[in-house]
Amino acid sequence: MTSISISEIEIALLLEAIYQKCGYDFRQYSEAHIKRRLSSRLAISGLKTVSEMQFQVLHNEQFAYTLLHDLSITVTEMFRDPEFYKSLRQNVIPILKTYPFIKIWHAGCSSGEEAYSMAILLREEGLYERSMIYATDFNQKILDKAKAGVFQNDLIKDYTNNYQMSGGLESFSDYYTSNYNMFIMDQSLKKNIVWANHNMVTDSVFAEVHVIFCRNVLIYFKKNLQENIHLLFYESLINGGVLCLGSKEGLYFTDLKYKYDELDKKQKIFKKKY
Amino acid sequence: MKYEVIVMGASSGGLNAIRSVLTSLSENFSIPIVLVQHVSPRSDGQWIRSLDIIAGLNVKEADEKETIEKGNIYVAPPNYHLLIETNRTFSLTIDSRVNFARPSIDVLFESAADVYRDKMVGIIFTGANSDGAIGLKRIKELGGTTIVQDPNSAESPYMPEAALSLMPADYILTLEKIAELLNKFDKDN
Ligand SMILES: C[S@@+](CC[C@H](N)C(=O)[O-])C[C@H]1O[C@@H](n2cnc3c(N)ncnc32)[C@H](O)[C@@H]1O
Repeated sequence: MTSISISEIEIALLLEAIYQKCGYDFRQYSEAHIKRRLSSRLAISGLKTVSEMQFQVLHNEQFAYTLLHDLSITVTEMFRDPEFYKSLRQNVIPILKTYPFIKIWHAGCSSGEEAYSMAILLREEGLYERSMIYATDFNQKILDKAKAGVFQNDLIKDYTNNYQMSGGLESFSDYYTSNYNMFIMDQSLKKNIVWANHNMVTDSVFAEVHVIFCRNVLIYFKKNLQENIHLLFYESLINGGVLCLGSKEGLYFTDLKYKYDELDKKQKIFKKKY
Repeated sequence: MKYEVIVMGASSGGLNAIRSVLTSLSENFSIPIVLVQHVSPRSDGQWIRSLDIIAGLNVKEADEKETIEKGNIYVAPPNYHLLIETNRTFSLTIDSRVNFARPSIDVLFESAADVYRDKMVGIIFTGANSDGAIGLKRIKELGGTTIVQDPNSAESPYMPEAALSLMPADYILTLEKIAELLNKFDKDN
């Protein structure tokens, strides 16, 4: 038999080591997800056991950060789930228009595609000038990439498609300049975006905001941790504020579900009750 | 109880294959089934609803954290990988595509193998890529039972062949025989 399931004890110890050494807490992340990521790193690194990885984490800074990167899944897209963005235009923008100033938090923003999408949407709706977008992630490397706003050209086709299907009002090419094999987001979109390192598991409330996006992050957390994070979001939202989750996420495990109205059940858009 | 779960993977031609097998399962078939069918990321799940009507069993998209229950057929949602946790619940991830696919059959099969070991069945159906081969091999290594649709009877033989090139399956069968065998497994359970 080949090296079979990695012992749960070893994984628990490794996560403990990462926490104590680097302060990143993965102890309440879904085990199947962690196991899958660690197995692939194990195969690449040539190490034999998770215990050997633990030794590396404790004695090799570089390795520890490689693991952090492995455990943070950064897959994202611009206008991911176009129907969701359509619903934002229809159901959320009218609410935002009633505010003199709008604060938006993208929690787990990855390489920034979501934040740029929102900036575009706000601009088209005439709201950008009175908005502030806080885009946060705990992965500094991906945050730096987000800040730069430079993406691979081969993504343009998908992003343009998504943008059009989401009900975009202009031509997507208005929002970037192409350069060799990269495209660069229009600098003016960044004007009101603040990029910040924030760990939603270990750091506290970030700001008081009108809208929170946290899409496809909570799926990686166990129930208890999801509950804690939902509490954090609830405390961060103003009354009447809007919470946007990923298409397969919800509030089902928490009592907080009674404290929100469903603005769009299918697109997972919720409004905090007054 | 010998079998706690059946996992299935199919790609092109899979809708017909899966429909044919599920409609031939006996009433009250109780071993839970978890399946990945490659579909477009924007598939609206209509095909799942159509299965629900014919199968007479409860067919649904797998939700995150949902507990796997007897008598249910769970389908991986479009654009997410589906994983099984030690406590018999589902996890979803939007991790990169594997074999150009999300959901990927390998991802489901490997995580299921780790959890269920010899108490599971893995099945590879028709398809024009090689997703699922490594996963099925994993199931076999950990003691599970493996079935591959007979490539000669498959709409696209490539996926069954890819699996067979990595490992000798326990059974190589037509769709009709696969359904028969599953009914027998369920009865003996
Ligand atoms: C799969 S991406 C989702 C990106 C985007 N929200 C979307 O749906 O397209 C998940 C992001 O969450 C971040 N993340 C995971 N755990 C986190 C934590 N504890 N605090 C902050 N960010 C976290 C990861 O670094 C990654 O960039």
